[in-house]
Amino acid sequence: MAEEPFKALADPTRRVILDELAERSGQTLFEICSRLVMKHGISMSRQAVSQHMAVLETAGLVESRREGRYKFHDLNTAPLEQITRRWLDPDRQESDE
Amino acid sequence: MRIELTSVYVDDQDKAEKFYTEVLGFKKKNEVPMGDGARWLTMVSPEVPDGPELLLEPSGHPAVAPYRDALVNDGIPLAQFAVDDVNAEVERLRELGVRITQEPMEIAGVTFAVFDDTCGNLIQIIHQA
Repeated sequence: MAEEPFKALADPTRRVILDELAERSGQTLFEICSRLVMKHGISMSRQAVSQHMAVLETAGLVESRREGRYKFHDLNTAPLEQITRRWLDPDRQESDE
Repeated sequence: MRIELTSVYVDDQDKAEKFYTEVLGFKKKNEVPMGDGARWLTMVSPEVPDGPELLLEPSGHPAVAPYRDALVNDGIPLAQFAVDDVNAEVERLRELGVRITQEPMEIAGVTFAVFDDTCGNLIQIIHQA
């Protein structure tokens, strides 16, 4: 199993981003930044949030899609399902490390 | 010092005038031919006829497109207007075919949403309880 999801989940800000995307999918970077500041008091630069998003995308936990001039982000729980299957349902485990 | 005028760049002044008056409900305040087909074109809220004006400025300068495209890509609004009821306004705009890029969200007594003004910008509307 790839390392990336574990690394991505290690950071508390990235976990909050996933919480917010779980609450509402299809968010712009602006909306994600707004939620971090206003709901969680996490004020960091847009560039820092962008970097967190890149880590989450690399891990497959976030997918971005372009619609016209806008870019929206969605949660993808597939990597989490792989993680849980590994220990909760070892018989169905697809790949070993 | 007072803020009497602020501006947004618009791709097409005729289209912008239509959208800002017919869809958003602003009133045309000033219109002066500026040559080359461009106008000094300002809008005002009918609720505050002597209030700050919004200049709908032609977006022809080559620096405008990359600047706006990058902001729109990230969902960043270029102007903010106050409304009494964000949810009702979003429904009204949606009925008129306006694209909402951020559905109404309420955090700590502040409700806001973002829509596309069809002239190249994202606009935020906000209500503070």
